[in-house]
Amino acid sequence: MTRTDFMQGNTACAEGALAAGCRFFGGYPITPSTEVAEHMARKLPKAGGVFIQMEDEIASMASIIGASWAGKRSMTATSGPGFSLMMENIGYAVMTETPCVVVNIQRGGPSTGQPTMSGQGDMMQCRFGSHGDYSVIALAPASVQEMFDLTAKAFNLSDRFRTPAFLMADEIIGHMREKLVIPDTVPMQGRKPLQQGVLPFHPDEDLVPGFPQFGKGYGVHVTGLTHDERGYPCATSPALHEELVKRLVNKIESHRDEIADYDVVNPDAETVFISYGVPARSVQQVLHDQKNPDVGHLRLKLVWPFPDSALRIFKNAKTFLVPELNLGQIAREVQRHTKNEVVMLPKLGGALHSPAELTTVLEGYL
Amino acid sequence: MRHEVRFSGFGGQGIILSAVILGRAAAMYDNKFAVQTQVYGPEARGGASMSAVIIDDDPILFPKVITPDIFVIMSQEGFEKYGSEAPADAVMLVDSGLVHSRPGCRCIEVPATREAKQTLGREIVANIVMLGALVASTHVVGETAIEKAILDSVPKGTESLNLKAMTRGFELISKGE
Repeated sequence: MTRTDFMQGNTACAEGALAAGCRFFGGYPITPSTEVAEHMARKLPKAGGVFIQMEDEIASMASIIGASWAGKRSMTATSGPGFSLMMENIGYAVMTETPCVVVNIQRGGPSTGQPTMSGQGDMMQCRFGSHGDYSVIALAPASVQEMFDLTAKAFNLSDRFRTPAFLMADEIIGHMREKLVIPDTVPMQGRKPLQQGVLPFHPDEDLVPGFPQFGKGYGVHVTGLTHDERGYPCATSPALHEELVKRLVNKIESHRDEIADYDVVNPDAETVFISYGVPARSVQQVLHDQKNPDVGHLRLKLVWPFPDSALRIFKNAKTFLVPELNLGQIAREVQRHTKNEVVMLPKLGGALHSPAELTTVLEGYL
Repeated sequence: MRHEVRFSGFGGQGIILSAVILGRAAAMYDNKFAVQTQVYGPEARGGASMSAVIIDDDPILFPKVITPDIFVIMSQEGFEKYGSEAPADAVMLVDSGLVHSRPGCRCIEVPATREAKQTLGREIVANIVMLGALVASTHVVGETAIEKAILDSVPKGTESLNLKAMTRGFELISKGE
């Protein structure tokens, strides 16, 4: 039966993971993400799952990769400093095409920065933080309900594309409480199994190979080294390396439109806000108060792969205003995809853009 | 209509729990929308803690408090840090035994900690006395809603004590004590 609760965003994230069938959590507590681990520690054992507090975030990331190969949907949750430690093994998950979900409740950085304050400074780190070329999938919730919904969705995307999927939330959404509707079931799209007689890293037409789960009769070699379709290291062939890395990128980038997830308000507007995560709430307030059809809003629920086709929905757009809790990380990505004016509205320190602040900026463009 | 309620006191008084209960009452039992936030830092543990609830008939977009119209203040330090600049048209409930200052706005004096200790025998339920007084004086949520939310939120075995505390809060307002 559908149930409702008045719940914190971090707890809703854990509930979303449980509803999506996550049965392994390996993590190391860090403010402001700790409530995700606490809730998983309470609930996972009762659901037949495993919770492990690892010795650090390097090991946490390794543990969820291992659990994933054993067939479980697996997750970890962290914040800035822990996210930095996870980077090497995130690359390993990319290279070995291991589905897993990494939750980052962002706080102010660099370094230990502002543990109890909000930020969105890890958006580029999540895209490019590990070494080498690759692509990822990253979602950005703007409410407690989306902490649940988008966490569940991250598992489907991660399984579908055999890649780490990131929930890039922040301290404000993680710690605030709102009403949450928990449905009976959530949409489930599991891993494609490997067909008999097919090599374990041979991709199907969609560029994603079937998943040869450990313990199901497959003898699979899993390595971070550049490998052939058997999974054997083959790290000196230029052609094979290029083909593999391009496939890892293209299996995600060629499905941009399928993966895209966003809301559009006033598509005929000339001045358009682009937001993701918690600043969306400030923009929504401004649009609600202004009631002006010349002000549009593109709210990205998924930031990576960047849904550039969504920009073209706003055919009359002249200016894109991009409020973010960083110094313009996604605004720069918007600039790459448009000839329109892109206005960075950066904010650091932990507070949210106030509606009054955004209204003042907006009035300069109307 | 949007109400912004700010609670402040010292760590351990149940300031955050009070806000969670109020938000829960509005969102779960009064068919309204609510967002609860809190100051989340080392200074909130022992120093002046603060928590806020926004309650509205319509969905709440901007989730942070802009100008509180209702204050619940349970310590002098809380008053100085989070209550002294209350706007003139706000209403403030103060724990009259713990807060010596008075605001420029309408002030309702509630001897919550004294009542919790003397009448109910447990100082720890002072925040629930305060919640009862808040609901009875502002009607920001209904009495049934706050009762249900309290029962959802307090430890097992303490239900009747907490309901007595809530009722005492109602009485302090209705009887003008």
